Amino acid sequence: MNLKNNVRLRHTENLLSSCFREIDENIEDIIMRIQDETEGVPVRTVKSFLSKIPSVVTGADIVQWLMKNLSIDDPAEAIHIGSLIAAQGYIFPISDHVLTLKDDGTFYRFQAPFFWPSNCWEPENTDYAIYLCKRTMQNKTRLELADYEAENLARLQRAFARKWEFIFMQAEAQVKIDRKKDKTERKILDSQERAFWDVHRPVPGCVNITEMDIRKCRRMKNPQKVKKSVYGVADETQSQSPVHAPAPRCRKDTKDDMEKEVSFLKTQLDRHCMKMSKVAETLMSYTEQYLDYDPFLTMPEPSNPWMSDDPTFWELEASKDPSQQRVRKWGFSLEEALKDPAGQEQFLRFLESEFSSENLRFWLAVQDLKRRPLQEVPDRAQEIWQEFLAEGAPSSINLDSHSYERTSQNLKDPGRYSFEDAQDHIYKLMKNDSYTRFLRSNAYQDLLLARKKLETDQGRRTSLEKFTRSVGKSLSGKRLTGLMQSS
Amino acid sequence: MGEMEQMKKEADGLKTQIEAARKAVADTTMSAASAAVAPAPRVQLKTRRTLKGHLAKIYAMHWATDSRLMVSASQDGKLLIWDSHSGNKINAVPLKSSWVMTCSYAPSGNLVASGGLDNMCTVYNLKTPVVKTVKELDAHTGYLACCRFLSDSEILTASGDTTCALWDIESGKQKTVFLNHVGDCMCLSLSPDMNTFISGACDSLAKLWDVRDGTCKQTFQGHTSDVNAISFFHNGNTVITGSDDCTCKMFDLRADQEVISYQDAQLNAGVTSLALSVSGRLMFAGYDDFNCNIWDTLKGEKVGVLSGHDNRVSCTGVPPDGMCVCTGSWDSFLKIWN
Repeated sequence: MNLKNNVRLRHTENLLSSCFREIDENIEDIIMRIQDETEGVPVRTVKSFLSKIPSVVTGADIVQWLMKNLSIDDPAEAIHIGSLIAAQGYIFPISDHVLTLKDDGTFYRFQAPFFWPSNCWEPENTDYAIYLCKRTMQNKTRLELADYEAENLARLQRAFARKWEFIFMQAEAQVKIDRKKDKTERKILDSQERAFWDVHRPVPGCVNITEMDIRKCRRMKNPQKVKKSVYGVADETQSQSPVHAPAPRCRKDTKDDMEKEVSFLKTQLDRHCMKMSKVAETLMSYTEQYLDYDPFLTMPEPSNPWMSDDPTFWELEASKDPSQQRVRKWGFSLEEALKDPAGQEQFLRFLESEFSSENLRFWLAVQDLKRRPLQEVPDRAQEIWQEFLAEGAPSSINLDSHSYERTSQNLKDPGRYSFEDAQDHIYKLMKNDSYTRFLRSNAYQDLLLARKKLETDQGRRTSLEKFTRSVGKSLSGKRLTGLMQSS
Repeated sequence: MGEMEQMKKEADGLKTQIEAARKAVADTTMSAASAAVAPAPRVQLKTRRTLKGHLAKIYAMHWATDSRLMVSASQDGKLLIWDSHSGNKINAVPLKSSWVMTCSYAPSGNLVASGGLDNMCTVYNLKTPVVKTVKELDAHTGYLACCRFLSDSEILTASGDTTCALWDIESGKQKTVFLNHVGDCMCLSLSPDMNTFISGACDSLAKLWDVRDGTCKQTFQGHTSDVNAISFFHNGNTVITGSDDCTCKMFDLRADQEVISYQDAQLNAGVTSLALSVSGRLMFAGYDDFNCNIWDTLKGEKVGVLSGHDNRVSCTGVPPDGMCVCTGSWDSFLKIWN
């Protein structure tokens, strides 16, 4: 698949340029080819009721040509590509404001290169006002304004109340120029002009494809080349639109940069790469483990509040009694247990029973330290040192001498990460030692197997009542489908 | 000049070796390995809520940790705070600059932040009787593409000036600046343990950074155009990216390379945003063609589509409890699906 660099037309953020990924040309090359006298589609003048329709091709002809010349087998794909070309305004239906391609006898015309998107058009509302205004000045049915255009004109008259005289004069001048042209030529030019405005001021209901993500605007080619006026009107209102601020200059690679890159690459090379099969295995087991906790894959109980409009699930989660399912999750990893406030509390209580709660309290204190405002950090770090590590500390934790030395050095200039080593060490200790015992403890097992004491039997019954009630509600309501899908 | 050339040669040599090392561990592909896994069910989600209130394109949204409140930012110059379940607007924060590109909800629920073409990240307090500006973080020389709170006192930003930064909100200063990208930074995602984060940029790369020492730990290449969206997998070892090249990719930190690519010959639109379900099995990706596609992350297959927006899907988000997915669009609406 050839990824030829297409001309990055201003509007091709993705839609068209990526479409032409598989085709080794850019749009304008194709447009030139399709209009070629010998190799292109036949452009004809068609006799209509009282007049002639100059310079048209049928939609079917265009689709045929695209299929033959771009090696497309599927007509649907050719229509798709043709529609994308039409949406940009390179070809347009002569009797419709909506820019799509139809595979039938509908008549299309080619857009004048002057109006091509590659000219970086950003026509102002003053231009649009002149355009609509001049159309009302000529007594031609084909130039009558559509409803939405009349509304737009009224809106612009209000917006440009003060300079309407100027706009009116410009419109008159344009009419004078237009009148000088040959009748057939005018028909064609008028339709091309209209197609241009159909792109930049689309019919309501159509998306304005010229709208760009403002983050990408700045990197478009030649922002200086932006054409703002169709009718030669200078625009005084905005010297520079906010989206066209100059891009930051690119630095050239210095020797320092190269050294950094080499050292970075060396680190990368030294890094141990895990086998893909092992990566796949861990990902599969992870998703498997959390399957029950993914509401998109397993229906939550008693119900998904978004489907049933019943917030019971959230109420239960917020209550003091964690569900069995939640308790089970604490057994996945120490991270999961600590992530859940109820899990953290249970683990802390367990550690208290083993007289090692200072480990978790230290870990929590350091976590908190890391999130404090800079100003508070030095004092708080000292407090932590005093509480957990200093000689005769009230909640003395057990650190290996190496970590202890490092930490005490760090405290000379205390910062958010002064306790990283110590925290790591304590975490590993909890994970490998206390955590596994916690999972085997009666307290945890009781919760996991819902072996509740007599006094909390009441609690269990009311949860069951709530569950029954909500199931009843859901079954009787319209949300039957949700529950049915789960079974 | 000779020295530079020598170093360039050395760098090229190392790159070749790295490529070889990566190839050596590629003993299978993700699709092959996951063939044995039961397929994800065909997902047909319905719109459960349509949140109407913005008057112009929505550029960003972010769920609060309670999985009910959310913040959305629109070019109508407003941040809206929603109780999405009831559909009520809790707060409307008027912005000084209407060219907003990002918004974020602090884990505590006390603060929200926004930023855009004004090159600043503005932090607001939601808990005062009237929403007040807490700080204007002003030091970037390019637009603010993305921001994420670590806590009420720290926030990470990604900017069009090609840098990311960690700020101390109280002092308004940048604590750490992350320099390495050569293109506009478009997005960032924090690891579950908040010790690292990953960023995507217009240089088509994704980079892993250490929050603590400010260094770039790993670089992931594979995309051929701007990386617009990025998210950590919940295991903290894997990352998913979305790009203007119309594909999404999964990269694994341990394998140091691309694991699988999510693409389709029919898809001709760039990816604007993405979000993962709680187990990570499903990925919701918003595209320029107005749809949001649902992918089976293990098998690399499309398993559903969310169609309903009348313009491009600009942002996607799954709340922490994973109960639904929210899409925000240039059509000015937010939709909640499940």
